[in-house]
Amino acid sequence: MTSTASGGGPSDGRTDTAALTGLTAAELAAKLAAGEVSSVEVTRAYLDRIAAVEPAVHAFLHVDEEGALAAARRADEDRAAGRASSELAGVPLALKDVLTTSDMPTTCGSKMLEGWTPPYDATVTRRLREAGVVLLGKTNMDEFAMGSSTENSAYGPTRNPWDTERIPGGSGGGSSAALAAFEAPLAIGTDTGGSIRQPGAVTGTVGVKPTYGGVSRHGLVAFSSSLDQAGPCGRTVLDAALLHEVIAGHDPLDSTSVDAPVPQVVAAAREGAAGDLRGVRVGVVRELGGEGYQEGVQRSFRAAVDQLTALGAEVVEVSCPHFDYGLGAYYLIAPSECSSNLARFDAMRYGLRVGDDGSRSAEEVMSLTREAGFGPEVKRRIMLGTYALSSGYYDAYYGQAQKVRTLITRDFTAAFEQVDVLVSPTTPTTAFRIGERVENPMEMYLADLCTIPSNLAGNASMSVPSGLSDEDGLPVGLQIMAPPMADDRLYRVGAAYEAARDAAQGGALIDRVPQLEVA
Amino acid sequence: MTAVAEIMDYDELLERFDPVLGLEVHVELSTATKMFCGCATDFGAEPNTQVCPVCLGMPGALPVVNGTAVESAIRIGLALNCRVAEWCRFARKNYFYPDMPKNFQTSQYDEPIVFDGYLDVVLDDGETFRVEIERAHMEEDTGKSMHVGGAAGRIHGAEHTLMDYNRAGVPLIEIVTKPIVGAGERAPEVARAYVTALRDLLRSMRVSDVRMDQGSLRCDANVSLSPKGSAEFGTRTETKNVNSLRSVERAVRYEMRRHAGVLTAGGTIVQETRHFDESTASTSAGRPKETAEDYRYFPEPDLVPIAPSNEWIEQLRETLPELPWERRKRVQQDWQLSDEELRDLVNAGALDLVAATVDAGASPAEARSWWVAYLSQQANTQGVELEALAITPEQVARVIELVSEGKLTHKLARQVVDGVLAGKGDPDEVVATEGIEVVSDDSALQAAVDEALAAQPDVADKIRGGKVQAAGAVVGAVMKATQGQADAKRVRELVLAACGQ
Ligand SMILES: [Zn+2]
Repeated sequence: MTSTASGGGPSDGRTDTAALTGLTAAELAAKLAAGEVSSVEVTRAYLDRIAAVEPAVHAFLHVDEEGALAAARRADEDRAAGRASSELAGVPLALKDVLTTSDMPTTCGSKMLEGWTPPYDATVTRRLREAGVVLLGKTNMDEFAMGSSTENSAYGPTRNPWDTERIPGGSGGGSSAALAAFEAPLAIGTDTGGSIRQPGAVTGTVGVKPTYGGVSRHGLVAFSSSLDQAGPCGRTVLDAALLHEVIAGHDPLDSTSVDAPVPQVVAAAREGAAGDLRGVRVGVVRELGGEGYQEGVQRSFRAAVDQLTALGAEVVEVSCPHFDYGLGAYYLIAPSECSSNLARFDAMRYGLRVGDDGSRSAEEVMSLTREAGFGPEVKRRIMLGTYALSSGYYDAYYGQAQKVRTLITRDFTAAFEQVDVLVSPTTPTTAFRIGERVENPMEMYLADLCTIPSNLAGNASMSVPSGLSDEDGLPVGLQIMAPPMADDRLYRVGAAYEAARDAAQGGALIDRVPQLEVA
Repeated sequence: MTAVAEIMDYDELLERFDPVLGLEVHVELSTATKMFCGCATDFGAEPNTQVCPVCLGMPGALPVVNGTAVESAIRIGLALNCRVAEWCRFARKNYFYPDMPKNFQTSQYDEPIVFDGYLDVVLDDGETFRVEIERAHMEEDTGKSMHVGGAAGRIHGAEHTLMDYNRAGVPLIEIVTKPIVGAGERAPEVARAYVTALRDLLRSMRVSDVRMDQGSLRCDANVSLSPKGSAEFGTRTETKNVNSLRSVERAVRYEMRRHAGVLTAGGTIVQETRHFDESTASTSAGRPKETAEDYRYFPEPDLVPIAPSNEWIEQLRETLPELPWERRKRVQQDWQLSDEELRDLVNAGALDLVAATVDAGASPAEARSWWVAYLSQQANTQGVELEALAITPEQVARVIELVSEGKLTHKLARQVVDGVLAGKGDPDEVVATEGIEVVSDDSALQAAVDEALAAQPDVADKIRGGKVQAAGAVVGAVMKATQGQADAKRVRELVLAACGQ
């Protein structure tokens, strides 16, 4: 039987399920705490929803029904025994398939790791389990997180719930689409050049790239080690904050993890929701806007800036001249590191093995396996990076890119001497059509133009929906950037803006997701 | 192709060329855990039992630096008179090889932890030669491949290859010398003396097992020749698989002679890796380095820089033990050795053994005599290092004790030592089972005593007059006459008795 229904909201037609899947994580947590609903009921509702909309969305690579229900039962038992593990205990979550899970496969969207179940949990995975969060499954992504559309997944693209002919962003399109399709109330993404924020922007959801080192990378399958950062995704700023506090914090297993107290992001989100931004200085980045940006995106951004002014923020324009070189620097540093990080996929110890028929040398098997196991974008970046690191080219490419990185960091430092946060559109355009940019990698790379500087500098950054573009009716994201370890500023400003936006636009943006075909 | 040239006579080559050496020594640290994970590092464990996601290069695994290894690296640098970097990083050395789990080695590249030092090495004649140290840096070891089937252990013809990753990630320190010039004819000896000195130093610091036979100390010897008087270095070769101190010397000597032969015949030296063959004392070409390997080094983004504070460095300096050269100086004083005696002791590789024997109760003179003379001969005969002999310093000390108690003569003591070396047990067991004891033939001794008293009538009178301490001179004469085989205590009794005491 096929029917159509809106997101997860009350008009879904499957009243009980919709009543639960339409709630925010904070609302679910409150109901769980009050004993009005059990985690098993919530989890079942989400599993049903996943079964119904997955054929249309394909947000998941793996759904662990049994494991999720078992975790839900444990959460209920713990709560009944008066020892709920955290505020989010019993709340379901979708995990990007780039974080290791000892009880589920971890493929990174690649044939190379098809069917591979890691022998250990990532620190993020462990913290989620310890908080009693229920892991529904693993979400789709561009292969090894390389891409901006999830079209580079070896297992087929994920579709954007706002328009299933369009991409959900990438690389973490699966996590954001799962939120927008009400298949999960919370999700984890990873962001190397925008892979949390850009999907958040084009799916009308909230995505946060915490300060580099704020969340452990132990168990995050590396794309570009100096840029990768796991972070929370949610349908609201408060939900993202609740999740942020669960996964953040120092981890001795990650040497680049920051050994400092986690910023008080939940408190900041609650404070921001009160709607007062007086005394907050907001800088509009001159270099991130104007020519090349979609008209509707620019209009939505300007409206958001006006909204911030109306909330009492002091808005000024700020110049970050080196941001113009960010994309170029990124496409040298990230491929360089990836060429080295992905060298380990050699058929020797785990994953795919091709051509091992007894007649070939180890080197030949390695070569055949890598030829067969990696998709074209991954190969492109490995080759780019191998070239950039080569003797004789290192200084001109990798070396120069690191200098640009330093200059961009200085731009941020100088800007944050004048303002508390910086803002820009999250992406230059709304979601493009599936297949539209596959043949043109350079055009694809432009999707990360605004998000990349924060990765290069390692500071905190959020995308919060700013409404729909008036020309195509698709979601637009407002990017908020804060200094390293000042993640709380994102949540204060983001929550204030979100509340004002909903008030001005007549309700939560996410509830305007069109109806999805239901299986 | 270069024509096959004769290797040149050593003396002839020295007339034409000056050798330049460069020695790279890899030392496996004896830390309890690996360089970047918590896995154990025990030698000889079952394959793949000391592994984890980090040292297997599993997706998502991250390295965490072993603090003890960093301390060892700094301590080694301090002992080698190096400067310690104020700030340094790890780098990735990228190349594909099945025994390297990540297909890059986490190493240090242009930012070593310690650099610019020297080691004064003592040559066989007691001369000191200063070897300058370029740098010492930290890195991780690789796994081990075992080729199964086909010719013994060689990759060609092997049916398949097994991998053991227990060694993957074991901490290594690579110590690199600056070009060693001016050693001339003594270049091979300098090479051996340097590795020996380094081994002794690291052993005294207890930072490594320094077992060349087990690979915990590995030496690559770079050799090149310059035409006599020329300041320009020739093309170098790098000889690997040099598994003993003696091989270091022989490999350098062979390469010098081979280079000279090739160059004199008008050929050119190919920059390549060569393998030393212990049985033929020669080298053979390994992997040719036609194109310089491009390792695409870049700073390791998974690790943060190391910035040792001055306080920390000074604390580590405090932990340095008495270093070999300090020890030699002290021993020379304590044991009152001449320069020659000290040199013989050091050359015999007997210093530690003698010290241990002294610690077990023996006199330095007796202990030194046993190790440097009789036991060194036995080691030579057996073709093993002195320390490899099947006798412990404690056992030697016991033999010395038995002699001083008069239970053994020197001659019998050698029989006991031979028994211990033959695996017949402890000295006391050998004495018991072999029935070795001093046969006191008083009649023979009596004659010698009478003779000695007759030769020294004034001394005899003194003893008769009650000056029993004068008996020593007579005892000495008897011992000399009997070539030390008599029991000194019994001789003394006989002397005193003959003088009515
Ligand atoms: Zn390990």
